[in-house]
Amino acid sequence: MPEFEPKIVAFCCNWCTYAAADLAGTARIQYPPNVYIVRMMCSGMVSPDYVLRAFEKGADGVIVSGCHYTDCHYIDGPIKCDAMFAKVRRLLYTLGLENERLRREMISTSEGTVFARLVTEFVEQLRQLGPSPFSPASKGVLSESG
Amino acid sequence: MSLDSAIQATKTYYCLECGKCTSLCPVARHDPSFSPRAIVEMALLGLEDELVFSKGLFSCLTCYTCSQKCPADVDFPVFVRQARAVAQNSGEHGTCAHSGQLQALARMMTTPGIKQRRLEWLSDRFQISDESDILLWVGCAPYFEPIFEDIEFRALDITEATLTVLNALGIQPRLLADEKCCGHDALWMGDEETFKKLAEHNAALIKDAGVKKIIFSCPEGYRTLKLDYPAYGLALDCELQHISELLAERIEQGDLKLGRVDKKVSYQDPCRLGRHLGIYDAPRKVLQAIPGIELVEMEHCRENSICCGTSAFTNCDSYSNDIRKERLSEAASTDAEAIVTSCPKCQTHFRCAMVDKGEEKRSMPQLDVVDLVNLVAESLRGAES
Repeated sequence: MPEFEPKIVAFCCNWCTYAAADLAGTARIQYPPNVYIVRMMCSGMVSPDYVLRAFEKGADGVIVSGCHYTDCHYIDGPIKCDAMFAKVRRLLYTLGLENERLRREMISTSEGTVFARLVTEFVEQLRQLGPSPFSPASKGVLSESG
Repeated sequence: MSLDSAIQATKTYYCLECGKCTSLCPVARHDPSFSPRAIVEMALLGLEDELVFSKGLFSCLTCYTCSQKCPADVDFPVFVRQARAVAQNSGEHGTCAHSGQLQALARMMTTPGIKQRRLEWLSDRFQISDESDILLWVGCAPYFEPIFEDIEFRALDITEATLTVLNALGIQPRLLADEKCCGHDALWMGDEETFKKLAEHNAALIKDAGVKKIIFSCPEGYRTLKLDYPAYGLALDCELQHISELLAERIEQGDLKLGRVDKKVSYQDPCRLGRHLGIYDAPRKVLQAIPGIELVEMEHCRENSICCGTSAFTNCDSYSNDIRKERLSEAASTDAEAIVTSCPKCQTHFRCAMVDKGEEKRSMPQLDVVDLVNLVAESLRGAES
């Protein structure tokens, strides 16, 4: 049986974390290819439904990442994001999902290395945790490796 | 499911085009483009695409106001439900309220083998027993808690009050940790696949538990298990009862010592409990049994009651808010201090309407909204002290 390859969906804000991921790429910093990045205009725009939908469709982990509190282009996006995140975490906890599968990060444009380190660590952690209970892999059907 | 079979199943072809449905419809009163009669006409003319992709299909509240006055006995809400199933198959999912998280939760719950942590709110205050043959249906309350925090509504307060009241009656109910969503919203959204999976799981779970009676504090769960599970071949071999029915019965027998609560209240009939299941008297009997409670009826009450404006968490728009405003104004005009209801969703919607910001808030009457069991629990506390 091939080794379990976790799938991660990362909702990244256009101004900070997406640019950081871009920087990691242009600087040729190596990190695992398990992450699917969804570019959002602001981390405060990520609705609970997006996170739920990612898990429903078989993600093993989700990252919601945006600007630091003082960097937001829309003033209070990170605060909205924190409120949303707390809510969706409780929902997923009640549904039976491990809290570790969900990460709230703040990574600014210059922090390409931080983004790469985050993905590397998260992939390792998810490998230990195994497939998400909602992932097709945990139902005995192995998903195509991403 | 095709539109033709929906027409056959609900006898929509008997429609006389009298338009009573549209004149009574709470949505049509506010939304000039919505008309149950026109929806039926579209279906009978075979305009499937126009019907399936029209906004109106998902605006219907399935509140049964139209059907109960229909001279041709057309079952319009069930027709809408089945037409929505056709729409879902064509890829039209309607506009889900709360960004669709409630629908996503129901779909995720169909995953076999998940271990929910839905009973973590339970505390030692409540007596429950795994040997009991009476089951308390908890429903979506643990999931509503984080979602409706912003509107200061805690659905688990209703569940906790129900447990308090049941304990006071000497009942130590059983709670199931593996219970899943009853599937009500999925079914009325037209998502039959999700509904069937949830219903099969719950029916098997209840059968295994071997309980004789299930108590509900939510009319939607009650309706679904009572009418829809048997309709899908999953009849439950036990008695089902809404908490208001149980309370009315036991209060009549003198089993409950109620304390004084001085309040002038009005009662909102939830559509699922009232028009769907015909329970109007039980909650009123309970209210009248509480000393100090003065019950004043709104202009539209019992079978003519106005719905809270949204059902199955679909298409919650400004018209829904207008319906809520109409209802809240009606309640305010009775001089009642609080609206009592026995459905967690009525409470959600009224509270939500009242916390709206800006212009709308200023024009929205402000009233207390309370569940019937919470009122009974308050009265029990009064009797103790």
